[in-house]
Amino acid sequence: MKAPGLRAYAILYLVFLYAPIALLPLFAFNDAVVIAFPLNGFTTKWFATMWEDPQLWNALQNSLLISTTVASISTILGLFAARATTRYRFPGQTSILGMIMLPLVLPEIVIAMSLIVVLVAIGVPLSIFTIILGHILITTPFAVTILTSAFQTLDRSLEEAAYDLGESAASTFRLIILPLVMPGIISSFLICFIISLDEYIIASFLGGTQPVLSTYIFGQFRFPAKVPAVLALGTILVLISIILLAFAEYMRRRGIAKAGGNTSGGVL
Amino acid sequence: MTDKPTMIEFQDVHKYYGDYHALRGISATIRAGEFFSLLGPSGCGKTTLLRTIAGFEDISSGAVLLDGKNMSGVPANIRPTNMVFQSYAIFPHLTVAENVGFGLRKDPRSAGEKSKAVDEALEMVGLKGYGARAAHALSGGQRQRVALARALILKPKVLLLDEPLSALDKKMRETMQEELIKLQRQVGITFVLVTHDQEEALVMSDRIAVMFEGEIAQLADPETLYRRPASRKVADFIGTMNFLPAKILSEGGGKVEVDAQGFGHVTLNSEQISGKPSDGGANIGFRPETLTILFDGQKAVDRESDATVTEVVYYGDMTYYDITLDGTTKPMRLSMRNVFGRPVLDIGTRTKVAWSPGALMLFR
Repeated sequence: MKAPGLRAYAILYLVFLYAPIALLPLFAFNDAVVIAFPLNGFTTKWFATMWEDPQLWNALQNSLLISTTVASISTILGLFAARATTRYRFPGQTSILGMIMLPLVLPEIVIAMSLIVVLVAIGVPLSIFTIILGHILITTPFAVTILTSAFQTLDRSLEEAAYDLGESAASTFRLIILPLVMPGIISSFLICFIISLDEYIIASFLGGTQPVLSTYIFGQFRFPAKVPAVLALGTILVLISIILLAFAEYMRRRGIAKAGGNTSGGVL
Repeated sequence: MTDKPTMIEFQDVHKYYGDYHALRGISATIRAGEFFSLLGPSGCGKTTLLRTIAGFEDISSGAVLLDGKNMSGVPANIRPTNMVFQSYAIFPHLTVAENVGFGLRKDPRSAGEKSKAVDEALEMVGLKGYGARAAHALSGGQRQRVALARALILKPKVLLLDEPLSALDKKMRETMQEELIKLQRQVGITFVLVTHDQEEALVMSDRIAVMFEGEIAQLADPETLYRRPASRKVADFIGTMNFLPAKILSEGGGKVEVDAQGFGHVTLNSEQISGKPSDGGANIGFRPETLTILFDGQKAVDRESDATVTEVVYYGDMTYYDITLDGTTKPMRLSMRNVFGRPVLDIGTRTKVAWSPGALMLFR
């Protein structure tokens, strides 16, 4: 940090990145409908307004259902893929893995458009179910990445040792592999959960008439009077996200440390 | 030793990985209660051969017999063998005692008896009282001991050790070598060790199989291996061997007449000859300790030659000299014990060296 220019750049960068998020709780506790300075005094009434909105509860219920299902299925798919790619060599391995990872770099709008075309063409009604399908597509690459890193740190001879000591393939998986990759599984579940929870494009394209948290929030912005309550909701979501992500990263690092690896640098 | 029953028998074992021929017709027997080593450079197939005993590798053809039973189709988890892995493979999420007792999970004995067995196993490897410790917090040497206790607690017929000492530092390795020898004598189990370290194999083993490129080049006890290597390749791999070109003058009646550079005319017994007759050139080989520099007033017991010192490496207890025998150009490595009061020679010193035809080998 010798060059003052670089230091200023770094500070400005972080301010632009996080200042908008910091404004969220600021206005959520501001006693005014209009989102503008100067602040008008402290209130918690927007949280109460938010709490009493039945539409919010409906959207939240849908979102939780979707995110939990998506996180579970993606993590299970990720487990299979990670196990297969770290344990076996098979023809076409790199290209298959590449195809799985593709949605990571594909514009979501493209995924959403192509899915809606296909789903409508084959006559699948748009619903929570179709959102789940879309979300699995975009979260699986994350699950595969996290779980592959968890499996890679696992010494192959641990498995052989358990087998050598009389265990079957199934009990070896249960007694040795599963406990050692468990932090990775939890981390993968939480990250997929959060990605699914705040995803907007696919949810709005494939959701039909079913509101989820993200589409609900965006809808609320049409009514200026409702904006402070949405900010209150946003504040809570930021808090939950930070807690979940921190926990996920903690679990991932603990897993690597347990398996004897070093924990410098995260996947995110 | 020879009257001991056979524990492991390899019958013309072949192993292919695709087109790669990893094991090329291995036939050998390992006796019960023997400390047996598979020695060779990396990629020679020694670890693959060890893993065929454990059941981690299927063989392409031939048979592996364990205590008289063909192991074909017998999975690793029910074979009466246990393995100490190169990485030790200590389960990091379990305690030391849970690691050691891992193989006893299906044992019908009571929990109390099992924990007594774990304590005994830990005491045997010098880790008494370590049971409650977390396995991932152990040092390299301690992990090694836990791996040993974990394998030996099941009282296997054969203990397989895959380069178990390669991750330890020199001091620790020497300590563990001696402990392993003692442990093997104490439990009487057949040990099969894989190593690339010839010194380690010589120190620890009753018998050694030297492997090159998927084949056993020589199977013998350490002394035979060192004194009578079966080929130039084995001689090069085990310890240091000096070579000088030689010409075979006549052969017959169990004797060979040789004209060797630096040594002149010598007669060797048939047991000093290694390799089959060939048209190619022959070489005289000798170990560094079989030639002795004659210091002031010393007389050779047998024969002597003139030489020049070309290099001196001082090791404290030993000095290694490179000398060039008169009439040759290639420096030969000699090792001399440093006796009190004896000077270390300088480079360029003219000296006499004593030798005996009985210590020479002929490689052809």
